[in-house]
Amino acid sequence: MKQKKPWIFILLAVLVLSMLAACGNDKTSGSGEDTLAAIKKRGKLVVGVKYDTRLFGYKDPGSGKVEGFDIDIAKALAKKIFKDENKIELKEVTSKTRVPMLKNGDIDAIVATMTITKERKKEVNFSDVYFEAGQSLLVKKGSSIKNVNSLAGKKVLAVKGSTSVKNIKKAAPKAQVLEFENYTEAFTALKAGKGDALTTDNSILYGMMEENPKYEMAGDKFTDEPYGIAMIKDDTKFTDYVNSFLKELKDSGEYEKIKKKWIKQQ
Amino acid sequence: MPDFSILTDHWDTYIEGFLTTIKASLLALVLSFILGTIIAVMRIAPIAPLRWLGTLFVEFFRNIPLVLILFFCYFALPEVGLPLDGFQAGTIALTIYTASFIAEAIRAGIMAVNTGQMEAGRSSGLTYIQTMRYIILPQAIKIVIPPLGNQFINLVKNTSVLGIVAGLDLMYFGDSISSETYDVFNVYIFVAAFYLVLTVPLSLFVGFLERRLAVTS
Repeated sequence: MKQKKPWIFILLAVLVLSMLAACGNDKTSGSGEDTLAAIKKRGKLVVGVKYDTRLFGYKDPGSGKVEGFDIDIAKALAKKIFKDENKIELKEVTSKTRVPMLKNGDIDAIVATMTITKERKKEVNFSDVYFEAGQSLLVKKGSSIKNVNSLAGKKVLAVKGSTSVKNIKKAAPKAQVLEFENYTEAFTALKAGKGDALTTDNSILYGMMEENPKYEMAGDKFTDEPYGIAMIKDDTKFTDYVNSFLKELKDSGEYEKIKKKWIKQQ
Repeated sequence: MPDFSILTDHWDTYIEGFLTTIKASLLALVLSFILGTIIAVMRIAPIAPLRWLGTLFVEFFRNIPLVLILFFCYFALPEVGLPLDGFQAGTIALTIYTASFIAEAIRAGIMAVNTGQMEAGRSSGLTYIQTMRYIILPQAIKIVIPPLGNQFINLVKNTSVLGIVAGLDLMYFGDSISSETYDVFNVYIFVAAFYLVLTVPLSLFVGFLERRLAVTS
């Protein structure tokens, strides 16, 4: 009897795992439903935003308020839906968690410095471009790294789940890429000398430079990163709605105001 | 059923992470066992300052989150001229954290050995250290095998914190594969399977040792 016990355990483990796997596959079947109606019924818009990205989505440690370009865009969307920009709930997402959270129905839309890519379009619906960013490098002033071509053998820091990881591996295949949980940790690692450069969208690097002037951008942007608002796959009604919202925002001049408020260097 | 193409497509990446996890586990296991034993002996030493130091170590490191120790090793130690990479910082943090638990387990084991044993050792001319080393500890270790086994299983699972500081372990590459494939569930199911490959045999081995030692004593 005693020898049989381990097998029962292993069998149980496999059984439980495959059962869990089956549950996991079911969840996405919720896509394609009417997001806009659900938002109106709920009485507030739930948006996934970054909390750690200066200028775009940043939780001020002093005031506790979440502010930035993305936040203002999200609030404008709430205003369009409810005529009240405060009927909104902001949820923190990271590059790693945002798509799973959207698919799980935790959030209605992602406004979190998210680049529109072909692969991501298979997973989510994107709005039209609401911000044109591009990937660049942040280095300590006086660094020998002048642009993306001088990275061979260097350590480059990036953030998990972001497009910048793939881009840098393509642009500088001889560099070693180290991935971190979020921008704060990646920047702290750069300051602690764990790498020679940090790579992500210039929009985010501007915020880091504003916080610590000892760092500068090395070279021009080497990719185009058009940011889009992501929504649940196949809900074209909500996507059309968000696109008409973006067009109105741009036509009314409100968009330029929001942009100037946050992005000073251009 | 899980999608096995994820596993076959990223086999090399999984294995690289798996090997790093094994390496970190083994290193931290040996080091935390040694450190934990030293701390345990300190905690019951006849010299008061040693006892205080041991207690301070245990109560401090046992009662803060492992991630904090890790951040300290990774982000703060470079400031004092100790640049550690993710793997080194992770292994050291794990060693310190696990040692505090192991110290408590071993101390309990030592306390469980009859005090007459120490007195007998001392009166037959052995020093305190010698009695500890040859009489008390061998008996104590037997008593603490089950709790130690639990600590080591926890240790293997806790190596996953390496992923937070780019330690190139199983969890790190799991995150990496998941962001490449946009698949969360299947990727981590295989990560879980790799951890089970390590922890289930460890668990069975601890059970086996327990039965063996029960017979000999």
